[in-house]
Amino acid sequence: MESCNCIEPQWPADELLMKYQYISDFFIALAYFSIPLELIYFVKKSAVFPYRWVLVQFGAFIVLCGATHLINLWTFSMHSRTVAIVMTTAKVLTAVVSCATALMLVHIIPDLLSVKTRELFLKNKAAELDREMGLIRTQEETGRHVRMLTHEIRSTLDRHTILKTTLVELGRTLSLEECALWMPTRTGLELQLSYTLRQQNPVGYTVPIQLPVINQVFSSNRAVKISPNCPVARLRPLAGKYMPGEVVAVRVPLLHLSNFQINDWPELSTKRYALMVLMLPSDSARQWHVHELELVEVVADQVAVALSHAAILEESMRARDLLMEQNIALDLARREAETAIRARNDFLAVMNHEMRTPMHAIIALSSLLQETELTPEQRLMVETILKSSNLLATLINDVLDLSRLEDGSLQLQIGTFNLHAVFREVLNLIKPIASVKKLLVALNLSPDLPEYAVGDEKRLMQTLLNVVGNAVKFTKEGNISITAFVAKSESLRDARAPDFFPVPSENHFYLRVQVKDSGSGISPQDTPKLFTKFAQNQTMATRNSGGSGLGLAICKRFVNLMEGHIWIESEGLGKGCTAIFIVKLGIPEHSNESKLSFMPKLPGHGQTNFPGLKVLVMDDNSVSRSVTKGLLVHLGCDVMTVSSSEECLRVISQEHKVVFMDVCVPGIDGYEVAVHIHEKFTRRHERPLIVALTGNTDKVTKENCMRVGMDGVILKPISLEKMRSVLLDLLEHRVLFEAI
Amino acid sequence: MDVATLQKQLLDYSNSLFREGFLDKQFNQLQQLQDETNPDFVVEVVNLYFEDSERLLDELAKTLDQQNVDFQKMDAHVHQLKGSSSSVGAQRVQNVCVAFRNCCEERNIEGCLKCLQQVKHQYFLVKNKLETLLKLEKQLVAAGGSIPMYC
Repeated sequence: MESCNCIEPQWPADELLMKYQYISDFFIALAYFSIPLELIYFVKKSAVFPYRWVLVQFGAFIVLCGATHLINLWTFSMHSRTVAIVMTTAKVLTAVVSCATALMLVHIIPDLLSVKTRELFLKNKAAELDREMGLIRTQEETGRHVRMLTHEIRSTLDRHTILKTTLVELGRTLSLEECALWMPTRTGLELQLSYTLRQQNPVGYTVPIQLPVINQVFSSNRAVKISPNCPVARLRPLAGKYMPGEVVAVRVPLLHLSNFQINDWPELSTKRYALMVLMLPSDSARQWHVHELELVEVVADQVAVALSHAAILEESMRARDLLMEQNIALDLARREAETAIRARNDFLAVMNHEMRTPMHAIIALSSLLQETELTPEQRLMVETILKSSNLLATLINDVLDLSRLEDGSLQLQIGTFNLHAVFREVLNLIKPIASVKKLLVALNLSPDLPEYAVGDEKRLMQTLLNVVGNAVKFTKEGNISITAFVAKSESLRDARAPDFFPVPSENHFYLRVQVKDSGSGISPQDTPKLFTKFAQNQTMATRNSGGSGLGLAICKRFVNLMEGHIWIESEGLGKGCTAIFIVKLGIPEHSNESKLSFMPKLPGHGQTNFPGLKVLVMDDNSVSRSVTKGLLVHLGCDVMTVSSSEECLRVISQEHKVVFMDVCVPGIDGYEVAVHIHEKFTRRHERPLIVALTGNTDKVTKENCMRVGMDGVILKPISLEKMRSVLLDLLEHRVLFEAI
Repeated sequence: MDVATLQKQLLDYSNSLFREGFLDKQFNQLQQLQDETNPDFVVEVVNLYFEDSERLLDELAKTLDQQNVDFQKMDAHVHQLKGSSSSVGAQRVQNVCVAFRNCCEERNIEGCLKCLQQVKHQYFLVKNKLETLLKLEKQLVAAGGSIPMYC
């Protein structure tokens, strides 16, 4: 070593110092070498480390530093030039690397720092997410609670159970101290404590509904925190020092069925709410959390729905019970009605027979009485009896008919009949009354009206008679005209008969009859009532009118049965009225047009003809003879006339079924003729029936006729009807001793 | 003239006849016997009546003219006349015949003469009326109407 000109004296290399240096260098080198090893080891261990290049650099730097220190070890003692060179190289390298590293670090360290900030940021985010997840979890739990509550609530349809369950479950879920439900009273002015959680039987504790706190709760659909001191929350007597927990109240809408619209959800237009009050446990630091409030609101809604379901169920059960009751009642009523109808029918059937039998007896005997010799007063009495009993019989028939008509059990008796004769008969029947009242009745049958028609003759006549009779009845003076014609299709559709749709067809025609009178008329508002049973128009009913008001009702039914229509037109009171009816009649087959070959079917009341019946008429009076002949020809008989007794005896033969003889014929007495006839024809069935025509009504004539064996006596002049009935009787019974 | 007017005229006339008692319901009977198979029945019968009655009236006049009035024969004639009138419905004539017969029974010539006068009078009256009526009917039928039933 060269000595140096240092200030300090060169002191000999202390062995100790050198030793320490030596050791420190060694350790430094060691450390320097081990650090990169550690780095490498740990970096290799860690998966993520972006700056490997830096590490390499750093490693190199450290290694070189270590190398330098290591090489320093050799410089303590004498060392050779190589060592110096190595040392220098190492130092140079180290310098380079460390400068490079230093430079590199300038870039790297901010990066590393930013990693750190990012890490911080992520941590914050993680914390936040944790928080949110906690929230979500809470919400989910709330939802679960709600579902569970709802399930519990809805699992029953009983109102009380619903409410009780709500309170219980809410209490459990939210760990409430007390939970209460206040329902509005019937008057709607107070809230009554209806259900509580802890208290078993809530006393009928009420608060008025108009409290501000209640209004506040009712005005919003959210759960509202209320003061624990308000009346609805003060359920327990405040005792001691405990701090009451927070109280929340929420409204529960009480929905009615009527609140449900078809297309909308129920608008909360209902005014009725119940109040649910929930109290947290006292002395706890718990507060109402938002999710708990939400839970409460949702539950309140669910309760409302459940209650409405319960209400609907109640209603439907009630309705069903009501229906059942009604069904039973209706059933009973129906059975009673059936029984009543059956009873009535039985009654009618019995009465029909029972009433008619005596009536017939009365009428028959009165008629017979009429035939006997009576003083004028007696005759008057008998006539009155007869008229009254006829009226009564008609009335009975009418009532019985009407009830049969109502039953629908009446059927038309269809047959072919002479239409013209029906009108003439009605005219005949109505003439006496009309002439008494000095009314002029005219009948006008249109030429195209068929003579024969198919229908119910009896009912048609009844209808016609009724209508004409009414016309006569309600006309004090003037005239009555009856017109009949075949209705053509344009006249069928009358504006006044709008529901009437006649359908003309091949075999049918519509008969239209108009009966016009100049009587008292009918006011327009009374017209609909005319056809109602028993309804009599007071202004129309005069002293003279008898009748029960059934007539037109029956007519209407008959006309309806004949597929027709009947109505009355009147221009007003005092302007007369016109009764019009249209009925459907059939057209008889045209094979037998002539009367003579036409066989009638209806006996008694109806057109009867005696086709081909050979009769002989003996009368010296040409006028009477031709009239009688005309009568018999009209009835369809084959008439031969003789004007003297001799001729009669000459002509008479077995073919003649009936002989009409005038008993006041000069020459041979009619009586003798009868005797001769008896002699000529010994056997009864060969002998023609002998009928005397006489103008004498006395008993003597009759006795004489009987004595000589005549079969009947007729008083001249004879009407068509009379002749017809005479012939009928004769042919049926082969004897006739009335017709006077 | 149209059918409606003619018909009304006919109705009025016939109604007046009935009202005044010239005709009774027997005439209606005759009308009823008239139909398509017998279209002129009424006219025929009425004409027959006219013939018969005039003959009878002549006979009656002749009988009363005689010295010895044969009441029986007269009664028979009157009876005939009564019969005819009642068959036709000539009410007034019939009624007078009844009175006539009473006179015959009483053999009262004065009464009979008077009755004969009355009968003649009534007969000619009713003949006139009937002829008018039948003429109106004919007019109506010619115009196309149909004869209504009288009452």
